[in-house]
Amino acid sequence: MTEKNAVIRVRDLVVGFGDVTVLDHLDLDVREAEILGVVGASGAGKSVLLRTIIGLLPRRHGTIEVLGVDMAKSNEAERRALERRWGILFQQGALFSSLTVKQNVQFPMRENLEISQRLMDEMALAKLEMVGLTPQDGEKFPSELSGGMTKRVALARALALDPEILFLDEPTSGLDPISAGDFDELIRTLQQTLEITVFMVTHDLESLYTACDRIAVLADGKVVADGPIAAMLESEHPWVKTYFQGKRGGMLAERQMSA
Amino acid sequence: MGEALLTHRLVGERLELAAGGSWTASHAGELEALVERVSGEAPKAKNVSIDMAGVREFDTFGAWLLERLTRQWTASGQKAEVVGLPEHDRGLLKEMHGVNREPPPKLQAGNPIVTFLAAVGRAGADFGSNLIVFSEMLGAVSLALLRVIVRPREYRFTSTVHQFDRVAWQAVPIILLITFLIGAIISQQGIFHFRKFGAELYSVDLVGILVLREIGVLIVAIMVAGRSGSSYTAEIGSMKMREEIDALRTMGFDPVEVLILPRILVLIVALPVLTFLGSMAALYGGGLVAWLYGGISPDIYISRLTEAISLTHFEVGMIKAPFMGLVIGIVACAEGLRVKGSAESLGIQTTNSVVESIFLVIVLDGLFAIFFASIGM
Repeated sequence: MTEKNAVIRVRDLVVGFGDVTVLDHLDLDVREAEILGVVGASGAGKSVLLRTIIGLLPRRHGTIEVLGVDMAKSNEAERRALERRWGILFQQGALFSSLTVKQNVQFPMRENLEISQRLMDEMALAKLEMVGLTPQDGEKFPSELSGGMTKRVALARALALDPEILFLDEPTSGLDPISAGDFDELIRTLQQTLEITVFMVTHDLESLYTACDRIAVLADGKVVADGPIAAMLESEHPWVKTYFQGKRGGMLAERQMSA
Repeated sequence: MGEALLTHRLVGERLELAAGGSWTASHAGELEALVERVSGEAPKAKNVSIDMAGVREFDTFGAWLLERLTRQWTASGQKAEVVGLPEHDRGLLKEMHGVNREPPPKLQAGNPIVTFLAAVGRAGADFGSNLIVFSEMLGAVSLALLRVIVRPREYRFTSTVHQFDRVAWQAVPIILLITFLIGAIISQQGIFHFRKFGAELYSVDLVGILVLREIGVLIVAIMVAGRSGSSYTAEIGSMKMREEIDALRTMGFDPVEVLILPRILVLIVALPVLTFLGSMAALYGGGLVAWLYGGISPDIYISRLTEAISLTHFEVGMIKAPFMGLVIGIVACAEGLRVKGSAESLGIQTTNSVVESIFLVIVLDGLFAIFFASIGM
């Protein structure tokens, strides 16, 4: 694999709330067109890292560069332009409950593009079909959707403007293993056809095995290990060891080796 | 603005299109117009070729517009071929080839007259169902109250005290302020107009009777409906949205007993208390204005007040208060339980709750006026 340039570059990042320091001088690179899985114990700061990169949380120290734009030095217009180039899938979907599924997907298009209603309808339905939903689902309201469908709609909305970076916050949490597997595969195929960079916060070992190119492990406010799954299995860091070679991780590792 | 996105050339019976630049979301608007224009040229040609070699950027928007173009021509029996598309973009075009095959579901737009009649009918039915929902809630609350009377230990005192603090205690300052001002305004208007025929002193009767019988309790009830009724609806509504009510029910608790009964009882107690405080503040405000503006000294004001009002006036106001509390509580809780999944429905039900409880409070006040007049109070 050739070394690709980093689309997200995090340097010396410190984030905290009150007396608690969650991220402590953290460095991280996300390379072009890869799927990076970020793992860590509950409360290790995975979601905090994601929310800091997309600018929802303030940072105390350090720089964040996304697609060559320094988040600290960018002005309002640059930020807005940047926000059009990324899509975010929130943990609970965060669909707008008063809009239908189709309107949810059209929302970013309506705000950012000057295109006809016809093209907008066609694109929304196309995106819904790409994530495995039917045109009939487009008329439903978010409260009528199952957990898996909510995630799919949220993914379709995140993809609405054909982003270059896709942030996923625990995309498979709350899904049954089969739906989770399907979702991983969906992310993988979409990433390949659309050539996007994916930053995925996850707890799901299966996702790490099947979907991710590279894994970064967060512990003690830092990235303690990063690399492909093989490197994780050899890591000596105690948490990484327990995680990947513990009861659940071990089983998957064996299955992976024998397959 | 660099290369042209789409140029066309007619060679005999063959339409040659050359695409270039960025076929992406940010150019989708211009691109769509170009694609529309080019498809107008199509009938002249037997076959079409689209050269995509000049395209630098390509995403689903571009891919879909290309697909739409070729699909349209293939449908009308012409031959369309796409050449020069880079290998890694072919997957995207293939993906788009499969989508939007079935027509989108049609939304039925009915006859406007029928729609209007349906809306009127639905509004009528809603009104009826509202009455049913309120009586159901009243029944459920009475049942819960009976159960609590039988087993008083199950009553939630902590919750009651907490609600009382929020609904009554924390409302005292604003209620005092508003009723004080209302009393002062009534007094000032009374003095101003009665002065024309030298009957300033009657403004004291006006303030006393009006405040104690009607205005005190009405203002307080409207304030409480806006302040506490809305918060009840929003609280219970968002608990409903997040399945907390269902959780309570499955654990063997009756939501009416746990959540609603304490809230309604608190309102029934709080309203008379607030009405009493409010009426006193209004009389005080009226007295102050009478003294400063009308020159009626406090001694005269008080002695005139004792002559003008009787215990009956005070009772009329106070008897009404708990019933108004009950109406506000029933409406607020019933509307809260009708909240559905969306944020919008929470807003609608909260609005409904406030509007309906203020309306019912005023209707109830009218009914009481008839009742008291007929029994001579």
